Amino acid sequence: MKGVSRWAGLGALAVFLAVLPQALPNNYYVDIAVLAGFNAIICVGLNLLIGYAGQISLGHAGFFGLGAYCSAVLVTHHGWPPVLALLAGAILVGLIAFAIARPILKLKGHYLAMATLGIGIIISIVINTEAGITGGPDGIAAGPFTLGGFTLQGERDWYWVVAGLLLLTIWLATNLVDSPVGRALRALHGSEVGAEVVGVDTTRYKVMVFVVSAVIASVAGSLFAHYVPQLTPTKADFFKSIELVTMVVFGGMASTFGALVGAAFLTTLPQFLTVFEDYEPIILGGIMMGTMIFMPRGLVPTIAAFIQRRRS
Amino acid sequence: MMEIRGLVSHYGRIQALSGIDLKIEKGELVALVGANGAGKTTMLRAISGVQPMSQGAVWFEGQDITRRKASDRVAMGIAQVPEGRQIFGPLSIEDNLKLGAYRRRGPDVAADLENVYAQFPILKQRRDQPAGNLSGGQQQMLAIGRALMSHPKLLLLDEPSMGLSPLLVEEIFRTVVELKAQGTTIFLVEQNATAALAIADRGYVLETGKVVLQGTGRELLTNDQVKAAYLGGV
Repeated sequence: MKGVSRWAGLGALAVFLAVLPQALPNNYYVDIAVLAGFNAIICVGLNLLIGYAGQISLGHAGFFGLGAYCSAVLVTHHGWPPVLALLAGAILVGLIAFAIARPILKLKGHYLAMATLGIGIIISIVINTEAGITGGPDGIAAGPFTLGGFTLQGERDWYWVVAGLLLLTIWLATNLVDSPVGRALRALHGSEVGAEVVGVDTTRYKVMVFVVSAVIASVAGSLFAHYVPQLTPTKADFFKSIELVTMVVFGGMASTFGALVGAAFLTTLPQFLTVFEDYEPIILGGIMMGTMIFMPRGLVPTIAAFIQRRRS
Repeated sequence: MMEIRGLVSHYGRIQALSGIDLKIEKGELVALVGANGAGKTTMLRAISGVQPMSQGAVWFEGQDITRRKASDRVAMGIAQVPEGRQIFGPLSIEDNLKLGAYRRRGPDVAADLENVYAQFPILKQRRDQPAGNLSGGQQQMLAIGRALMSHPKLLLLDEPSMGLSPLLVEEIFRTVVELKAQGTTIFLVEQNATAALAIADRGYVLETGKVVLQGTGRELLTNDQVKAAYLGGV
């Protein structure tokens, strides 16, 4: 039964993504859709960690940035093919996440938040100061994404790549959640002691989800580096991490489609409120607080529960 | 079946257990009683591997398991019903039980589910509801059922009577006796010393991290020292 609804959800999303470009009047809107897609990919991964395993990360923009800079540096300075650079970035981020996961996931609550925050800030500082390699605050241009003589050009090409990757990520995430691993993760979230006494190796699963979500962020980062004309360190900073967490919390924790909606909404919103640009952090903070107070389960689960109540 | 030698355990710098020796034979029901803060829960957590040990050794079925992870100990046949039940509130009752069989995949999980449902019919009636909706007594049954799903050779029960009405306490203890009759070895930690010692083959009395008395359940029940300290001096 669960399997059926999973395919139905994925199918509906695929149709929506296929039709969406027709409805977008010009490339400016396609650009927003692509950016929303990048954020959605990261959020679906981050949601595995926050929503399902119940572990907070305030440093995921660091992994996104690490992947992005890995690609940009390898391609521009060392002439690597973009695909290889992307894989190298993913492996590097995976290894780093694995190495730091064991010690920091022993921490809980505020301590875990502080540790991940610290890691994010360290990555951001390194990117900013190693100007010889990363271009510092000016940034670096990774150039176009090419694969076997084929080059991605323009927003519409990118749209299809990001849409495809988003579907793939959601498919992976929902598969993981519905597997015994997913049940173990939710157990971990419900009660860590409870999970341990039924034989769930809690440390191993926490590490695994942390690594998976970091690698997803890295892959999105690598592609993003090629999408933007100039990659700057702001994409890897603390504020970006907070933005990602807000998207997950707003959309709905432990809801893969919620993460998607949260990312789409919070990417689009600032584009239509450009007058308020200077107040963006305040608005974002307000949305976060409002969500926690008025719908702590997030947008999508709250609406789903409401519809279910109406029906019965 | 299980032997613990010189077990020492700390919370930070505070020593909770100082050199415990304890034995549980196959098929026995052994009770560990003592006042609040004596170290009973710490003892259980150390046996199941959730609490780190500073010194000492734990042997289970002829193997030294001192360095084994909690999850491996479950696979070896040690299941804990933790203090405060620690069920998975948002998950359904059936999912809670299935998680109990986490270390053991296969077709016999369905049969085990039926066994648990036969033991606790109320759980079957409400199998699709979130476990968090159950009453305290039902949650305790669920926690026991979850532990049984792992086919334990040794079942560790931590304060199963905590927060329950006298009627439910009676029911839980009846269940414990039934489980023993079915051949499960049981280590029962309780503040409710009278009830625990009444059904136990043997018992240990713990006081500030040390075993101060041991003997058969009957011996301890009639011991003046125990009476004065834990049974209200009757």
